[in-house]
Amino acid sequence: MFNKQRSNRKKFKKVSPMKKQDYLWAYCFIAPCFLGLFIFNIGPIFYTIYLAFTEYGSFGQKTWTGLDNFLRLFQDPNVLIALKNTIIFTGIAVPVSIFLSTIVAVLLNQKIRGVTIYRTLYFLPVITMPVAIGMVWRWLYNGDYGLINYSLGLIGIDGPYWLVDSNIALYSVIIVAIWAAIGYNMIIILAGLQNISPTYYEAAEIDGAGPLAKFFNITIPLITPTLFFVTVISIISTLQTFELIYMMVGINSPVTTSSQTLVFLFYREAFINHDLSYGAAISIMLFLIILLVTIFQLKYQKKWVHYG
Amino acid sequence: MIIPFLWMILTSLKTMGEATQLPPTIIPAIWNWNSYVQVFDYMPFLHFYWNTILMTAGRTIGQLILCSLAAYAFARIAFPGRNILFLITLSVLMVPLQAYAIPQFLIMVELDWLNTLKALIVPGLFSAFGVFLLRQFFMSLPKELDEAAKIDGCNHFQIFFYILLPLTKPALISLSIFTILWSWNDLLWPLIVNSSPSKLPLSAGLASLQGQYATNFPILMAGSLLAIWPMIVIFIFLQRYFIEGITMGSSK
Repeated sequence: MFNKQRSNRKKFKKVSPMKKQDYLWAYCFIAPCFLGLFIFNIGPIFYTIYLAFTEYGSFGQKTWTGLDNFLRLFQDPNVLIALKNTIIFTGIAVPVSIFLSTIVAVLLNQKIRGVTIYRTLYFLPVITMPVAIGMVWRWLYNGDYGLINYSLGLIGIDGPYWLVDSNIALYSVIIVAIWAAIGYNMIIILAGLQNISPTYYEAAEIDGAGPLAKFFNITIPLITPTLFFVTVISIISTLQTFELIYMMVGINSPVTTSSQTLVFLFYREAFINHDLSYGAAISIMLFLIILLVTIFQLKYQKKWVHYG
Repeated sequence: MIIPFLWMILTSLKTMGEATQLPPTIIPAIWNWNSYVQVFDYMPFLHFYWNTILMTAGRTIGQLILCSLAAYAFARIAFPGRNILFLITLSVLMVPLQAYAIPQFLIMVELDWLNTLKALIVPGLFSAFGVFLLRQFFMSLPKELDEAAKIDGCNHFQIFFYILLPLTKPALISLSIFTILWSWNDLLWPLIVNSSPSKLPLSAGLASLQGQYATNFPILMAGSLLAIWPMIVIFIFLQRYFIEGITMGSSK
């Protein structure tokens, strides 16, 4: 006991005044940002967990209700629909956009004129406010005056009411999400492509490999780390889709319930229906899904990702 | 890729009648610039602009200062608790916005900040992503710089401000671009904390415009174009930094 105290004191004494000053600087530099993160992010995460186990009354009083909110989650048909929609959304949008982005990236990796312009065009949707994207697509999708149905009419197809038909509204939004994501993924894949050393292709050419063989045996394996990164990032962001659905389907449409995703349901329950506790439970469920999917991907990357 | 944007521009220049006539015209028969005026008449559109600019500038400047200070300390000073504090910061990166939105909203209610610009700016001042990005960059700079400056009698703030910060410019620009883009386009948080029309940023303001003028497509398109052009201009001029910032994480 005594020895321990003494050694502690010794340890403390060993810190020179100059080092102590270093520590002081470090803590002063970190304090403002860390306190902010603590108050607005870290603390709130724990508070969200606490809220999910309570019932939040209209005057701010909270009653501990244990697992009630979570039991409700499992019985709520809206949660089931939102969960299903989120899976459909991510399951379609992520692979399709990565597939298309890879094709575009490979095409733009050739020495063609005006690459910068093409790159800019593909990137426009990435930097454009999602609200504006939702607005213009809503107009394009318009059942009566929209450009899409007019164009379909020219080839004799009677276009549907894209955003007010409960069977297809979700898919109409998925198409836009894919369109909007191509540019971002393409830039990352393009960077991966540019890291491939040309010697691989030269060697393959000597062996008589055609363009397709080169693509599947050299290009794809060598960009698997990039494709892995893009997949992880896309899944995390797609699971949180909100703006496009908010703008294109809206909060009061007859198809809102059948087209909503988990984040949309979270917003609706917490901030439209003012059921903060239930909203907290939904957000925890979403967080756990993201965490599980990410851990799963990190674990199984060895099966298909090749690090050179 | 470009058709929606062209259609946005063309529609904004048509009259309401022409926009909804069948068959549609491609090029406006009459070039009608009125929608760009009407947007300002019907809605506090200038307020929307001003709020967006203040929100974006406030968050960006705040993040640059706070994140670079913290990142310097994490990268350049050995102090007790460094690893654990950094790990906590990193863990914030993995949590989606929804998981802390409700308590953040309750904090705003407590402070009586709903419908103020403070609600739009303050929670966005702190960024775990910014600390991480800048720390990676600070780590890549040679250690000899600090040592030489220390011998010359500089304290940590002087080393940070006069020696390392100027070298960090590319990373600072990348962080600014991300913060500007994210703030300018942010919708969920403004929807949660602000509802008074004069306190809305462009994103939420446009969304409400859709509710009120649901069928006046030329006005909706004009409003959208007015909201998106600043980001397009920034992108065209700073393309290199956008692409560097995006690809920075992917190579590791």
